[in-house]
Amino acid sequence: MIHVRGLARRFHTRRSTVDAVTGVDLDVAAGEVVGFLGPNGAGKTTTLRMLTTLLEPSAGSAEVAGHDLLREPALVRRRIGYVAQGGGCSPHGRVREELVLQARLHRLDRDRARRRVDELMDRFALTDLADRPTASLSGGQRRRVDLAVGLVHDPAVLFLDEPTVALDPRSRAHVWDHVRSLNAEHGTTIFLTTHYLDEADALCDRVLVIDHGRIVAAGSPSELKRQVSGDVVEVGSARPSAVAEIAGRLPGARDVTTTATGVRFHVPRGDTALPELLPALVLAGVSITSVQVHRPTLDDVFLAMTGRPLHDDTQEAPVAA
Amino acid sequence: MPRDTLLVFRHTIGPVLRSPATILISMVQTILYLVLFGPLLEDLVRVPGAANSWQVFAPGILVQLALFTGAFAGFALLPDLRAGVVERMRVTPVSRTALLLGRVLRDVVVTMAQAVLLLLAATALGMRAPLVGVVLGLLLAAVLAGALSAASYTMALALPNEYQFAPVVQSVTLPLMLLSGVLLPIAFGPDWLRAVSKVNPLTYAVDAERALFVGDYGATDVLTGVTVVLVVFGLTVLWGTRSYRRQNA
Ligand SMILES: Nc1ncnc2c1ncn2[C@@H]1O[C@H](COP(=O)(O)OP(=O)(O)O)[C@@H](O)[C@H]1O
Ligand SMILES: [Mg+2]
Repeated sequence: MIHVRGLARRFHTRRSTVDAVTGVDLDVAAGEVVGFLGPNGAGKTTTLRMLTTLLEPSAGSAEVAGHDLLREPALVRRRIGYVAQGGGCSPHGRVREELVLQARLHRLDRDRARRRVDELMDRFALTDLADRPTASLSGGQRRRVDLAVGLVHDPAVLFLDEPTVALDPRSRAHVWDHVRSLNAEHGTTIFLTTHYLDEADALCDRVLVIDHGRIVAAGSPSELKRQVSGDVVEVGSARPSAVAEIAGRLPGARDVTTTATGVRFHVPRGDTALPELLPALVLAGVSITSVQVHRPTLDDVFLAMTGRPLHDDTQEAPVAA
Repeated sequence: MPRDTLLVFRHTIGPVLRSPATILISMVQTILYLVLFGPLLEDLVRVPGAANSWQVFAPGILVQLALFTGAFAGFALLPDLRAGVVERMRVTPVSRTALLLGRVLRDVVVTMAQAVLLLLAATALGMRAPLVGVVLGLLLAAVLAGALSAASYTMALALPNEYQFAPVVQSVTLPLMLLSGVLLPIAFGPDWLRAVSKVNPLTYAVDAERALFVGDYGATDVLTGVTVVLVVFGLTVLWGTRSYRRQNA
């Protein structure tokens, strides 16, 4: 559904040139949910704006929804939806009006536009807000309008830029539900960006980690985590050194550390290591008080790939009012 | 394309229809000129062919109205650019040209409404002019406003925040206004001022308006003025559509 080769974008400002995106290759199959994970300034928005025909690439090529991005931008636009980081509600628009306008811009005739808008307002729980000025809506309500606006023409591919940035947890969960059901029930291919690890983890079939304009890692959330450090196993016991000796014999075990109350070590896969570890402990007569397996987070992935933590810049991307 | 233009027009005229008072508020400056400056000229200005000074002053003020409404139009684009409205529309199949023309059409219509109010006020103050000339003058002013608004939107795209946009607009509109004889016929001025005013397209618009308001429809001033305004309109719309197109892949 999306095929990108060598996509790059350089910005020239008065004083400097910024290589915002430097040679991105990626493929997204129909029906996939793929996420771009990276810190602020990594080049996520720039990539998305190129893929949605808003920004001319400095180099590279792409096919989006079956059409060449550079040669057939008008055909691409018919088949994609885009929800920008700050949304796209007019400062003086009203909910229904904004939706109808977008449907009409997508060439739906008056009747079809009205039916489609009713359907979307129902789906996104906007019916009661139909005549409200969008400027008066809460963040979560506005985000639902943004999503509905991006979907008026039932696009094959939906691009979401930081869909839940600055939302409260409940609204966030709602957006996640909508994204999931859109993909599950309508088969919409979804390409989203986020700098939240839990979001990438919760929504994406595949994650592309982007930093300084290039992709530094790719895989399913669980693959990525395994690639970095395997799982962390923690065993509580009154005899840590005995546990440590047995744990050290497990295939692939490393970084075994003992504390006063237990042992901590890494194995490639915690779920398959435990069935080996536990009988061995029983056989050796070592009693334990607790066992825990942690999957490493995408924080660990990012740290391992880039040498710095994901959230070393604390500044949040601003959301347009 | 006409359909897209109408869609964009209806969208951008929405706020005006909801609170029509904004039409008046944005022309306060022009009304002040009319009411507080116009009467000063009643005994001062005697122009051949004009029965009273309002026939000279009102057409000038009409051009000033078109200038302000047109040139300042870009300010309305800035919040939309910031809110992502423009990008949201650009990810639809809508014609790029319509995104500009729909807004220009809005300014043409708003200018016409304002011009009617202005001319009614002028009539109340004592202006007497032939109806046909006034209507033609109004249409010419509306096209002029469209030309300026196309230029204004194009500048706004290039300078998308108020700090950069406002000084440019102000430093262009004021000389354009002063060098066009909007307030007093430039013929009253010294030779060098008249020479400078000749490169200002607005001068020709003002001269044409004045001829129309005294009913001199066949005057070369009318032909020249209409031609200049239409050419400027064509050029600014061309410039605008090019930059609206260039903004994307
Ligand atoms: N229009 C622009 N002009 C100049 N630099 C830009 C522009 N847009 C983005 N950048 C720069 O490109 C880099 C990537 O930005 P962006 O794609 O917005 O990152 P992200 O969305 O991942 O936070 C940043 O360094 C940003 O400052
Ligand atoms: Mg961004």
